[in-house]
Amino acid sequence: MAEPTQNVNFEEVLEEPIPAMQQLLDNPFLLLFIGIATPAVLYIIWGVMEIVNIPVAK
Amino acid sequence: MAVNRMFRTCPTTGLKFHQPAEALMKWNAVAAVVSLLVGGILALGVTLTRWQAVHLLAPDWFYLFLTAHGLNMLVFWIIFFEIAVLYFAGSTLLGCRLATPKMAWAGFWLMVAGALLNNYAVIFRQDSSVMFTSYAPMGAHPTFYLGLILFAVGALIGCFVFLGTLAVGKAEKTYNGSIPLVTFGALTACIIAIFTIASGAIILIPTFLWSLGLIEHIDSLMYRTVFWAFGHSSQQINVSAHVAIWYAIAAIAFGAKPMSERVSRAAFLLYIFFLQLASAHHLLVDPGLTSNWKIFNTSYAMYLAVLASMVHGLTVPGAIEVAQREKGFNKGLFEWLRKAPWGNPVFSGMFISLMGFGFLGGISGVMMGTEQLNLIIHNTLYVPGHFHATVVVGTTLAFMSLTYFLIPVLFRRQMMFPLLAKWQPYLFGLGMSGFALFMMGAGTLGMPRRHWDVSFAGNLFPHEFPGTAWLMIALMGISGLVAIVGGIIYLLITVGSVFLGKKIETPDFKYVKAREGMAPAPQPVAATLTAHHGNIGMAGFVAPGTFVLAIVFLTSFVLYYFVNWKYLSTVWPLS
Ligand code: HEM
Ligand SMILES: [Cu+2]
Repeated sequence: MAEPTQNVNFEEVLEEPIPAMQQLLDNPFLLLFIGIATPAVLYIIWGVMEIVNIPVAK
Repeated sequence: MAVNRMFRTCPTTGLKFHQPAEALMKWNAVAAVVSLLVGGILALGVTLTRWQAVHLLAPDWFYLFLTAHGLNMLVFWIIFFEIAVLYFAGSTLLGCRLATPKMAWAGFWLMVAGALLNNYAVIFRQDSSVMFTSYAPMGAHPTFYLGLILFAVGALIGCFVFLGTLAVGKAEKTYNGSIPLVTFGALTACIIAIFTIASGAIILIPTFLWSLGLIEHIDSLMYRTVFWAFGHSSQQINVSAHVAIWYAIAAIAFGAKPMSERVSRAAFLLYIFFLQLASAHHLLVDPGLTSNWKIFNTSYAMYLAVLASMVHGLTVPGAIEVAQREKGFNKGLFEWLRKAPWGNPVFSGMFISLMGFGFLGGISGVMMGTEQLNLIIHNTLYVPGHFHATVVVGTTLAFMSLTYFLIPVLFRRQMMFPLLAKWQPYLFGLGMSGFALFMMGAGTLGMPRRHWDVSFAGNLFPHEFPGTAWLMIALMGISGLVAIVGGIIYLLITVGSVFLGKKIETPDFKYVKAREGMAPAPQPVAATLTAHHGNIGMAGFVAPGTFVLAIVFLTSFVLYYFVNWKYLSTVWPLS
């Protein structure tokens, strides 16, 4: 592997900090988490809870 | 561990192909095209039966053909191709080696085995005509579900290989900063795919066990709810993938840069958040789920995803317009579009895909995703009309146009039958647009979908459809045949070129071994927002033509939407 010291560290060269939005967009695994958690909660879990709460006919 | 780092550089495009990634892309693409061939033959049978004047197949064969058509097209053709796209966007566009090619091959063969097993159940056992949706308690043979499960596991492996490749590229510094926009679109598709496949596993594994008799009972509403997290979300993989391809083709054919990378990325982010929630539109008339759940998922959430699609639908032609105007096609509103390379199937296919997806698929989708309006068209031919506009004109045609680019670049063959190729997108795209439109027309007049005999002849409760409905059906049949001819030409060109086409020889062609950690010299990222466009456009707009197109789109959208509310009020006369 290349020595880390030999590489130009772009994050240090840039004067401004990386904006939060860009950090989110550059992080595939965080995006993966969001993309699974959102529909899992709002669609599947909420939907399944509603079905489970339907009273059973006698 | 030995890692294969053999790369070749494409002499015409400068793209770097990693040898194992290249082989995987080829094999996935070939498997996709074989599925398209099978699905296409079945489409002919289904269309000629739906066309009442011909009414070709007997009932059991019709349902068998319909089931196999849906699966081979919507699942096998599309997903095999998408895996090829993921590897292209991951490995080739990043100039990066593919992570774990061995796993990728395992995934591929699982997908092949799954597709064969599922087709065995439907076509050869002939006891699994349960449609693509396979709603429990309607049961299929265990091999039907097992096939789908194996296929899904294989595709899931493909998704993780893609994510792994992104990580490898970052670690080995083959790219700096953010991944390119097209790869970001592929990442969106990959994320949605992982959710989709997980949902599929949650519902198909118990259903498989139920088909074996190991589980007593599958609740039908529970099945439908979780199934659509799989069945609908998979359509959203397609949307993300074909939007990424639109951007890629705009760049390939015109050198067009996105009008604003930031806006396009934000639009993909909206997809990641909201696109999959729209799955609830399949349950709008199901009792048991509350309107809160239905309306939250289909309206509030879905409209944000629709907004994102409109952003893409605007920025892609906008980027093309800017690129064309900078080349000097700057006269009037539409010179840029008139002087576009309409004879190049890579471009014409992509542009018809974009227009058809937006005007036909998009507008109808928003209409039918509205809880109240859904009642007008629920389970009618309007539904397949809508999704042939999205997944066939939109996704399939976009994939076809990408193929014309890949034949020389990936397969290194000259394209055969260039004259036919010139016409292919028009036959397929316009034929399919007509097909979708006439199906929607017949559906608006009440013609049911998935029904062997829509005339209900000899039925206890007969129903007379207006003559216009039958006219629509006939026009649907004719346009369907035109599209099928377009499909045959595509198959002829791709299969012919890939196996028999003239090899493209480059004199000193060889694979080059790249050193570990070797990266292209870092390039300063172009400041897209500050890039100025010289003196192009009109009245202060850099892309006035696209602006006019957008206004036309919004006007048709609003008019059509409100006409349907008016129509709804006549369905149930209250006075
Ligand atoms: C030339 C091309 C095609 C023609 C002529 C065609 C024709 C048809 C027809 C007539 C139906 C039956 C509608 C009904 O009565 O319910 C149908 C269903 C369907 N088609 Fe196609 N199709 C074509 C291509 C495709 C492609 C490329 C895809 C997917 C990528 C696709 C996906 C489907 C699906 C999912 C169904 C519904 C199956 C079901 O109800 O379970 N079709 N098609
Ligand atoms: Cu859907």
